[in-house]
Amino acid sequence: MVLKVKFSNKGNTLIASIIGEMDHHTADYIRDKIDGEMIKSSSKNIVFDFSKVGFMDSSGIGLVMGRYKNISKLNGKTAIIKANEQVRRIFEMSGVVKLVPIYDNIDEAIRS
Amino acid sequence: MEIINEFKLEFLSKSNNEAFARVVAAAFVSQLDPTLEEVADIKTAVSEAVTNAIIHGYEGKKGTIKMSCTLYESSVDIEITDEGRGIEDVEIARQPMFTSKPDLERSGMGFTIMESFMDKLEIISEIGKGTTVKMSKTFGAQKK
Repeated sequence: MVLKVKFSNKGNTLIASIIGEMDHHTADYIRDKIDGEMIKSSSKNIVFDFSKVGFMDSSGIGLVMGRYKNISKLNGKTAIIKANEQVRRIFEMSGVVKLVPIYDNIDEAIRS
Repeated sequence: MEIINEFKLEFLSKSNNEAFARVVAAAFVSQLDPTLEEVADIKTAVSEAVTNAIIHGYEGKKGTIKMSCTLYESSVDIEITDEGRGIEDVEIARQPMFTSKPDLERSGMGFTIMESFMDKLEIISEIGKGTTVKMSKTFGAQKK
């Protein structure tokens, strides 16, 4: 597996740090991991840390939007931090950023 | 236009070949000394096209995907072909956010991304015969 995800918590926010390249092949694995962790933890919100994602295609849009839909039903918030230029362009092009904002760091994301 | 270099490749419609295909394409175009952004554009477009062939062309079943890359002095043509089910209406499939498989958490942005990351996108498809995606990109457009 060329993709990994690490979890940490800050208050009632789950931080999912994704490491590797995100495409259709790896997105299913990450989705299962994140959904499993959300059920286990009592976190309300989720922040995706993209600082270690070197490549992402449109599979990343599906992954983030899917989590956004689940979490917003329970009044939780979804955010993205530290997306590189390529990743940012894909999120901006798809309009995801209107629902899931991109911040520079975790403190900024949690403040909002 | 004079052809500088060319390759043709065939691989199985397995999802771990998405990474293989985009890395091969990126390595091949690096001969033209593209910018990092141009390489990222090519990797993304190839990844989208190969993913489409796997998910939509072959619908997860075993099939063969063909990829060819032709290099010119400052541009590349990339063709990705499957012999899968084909696209019913290419114009509708090209629309942003359109997906024939909403249950799969797909965004429907594949063709939109290919279109905006490459300079030219042509889709040739026939029901029951398969789909060919032809894309071109000129390098150095931003360098001036």
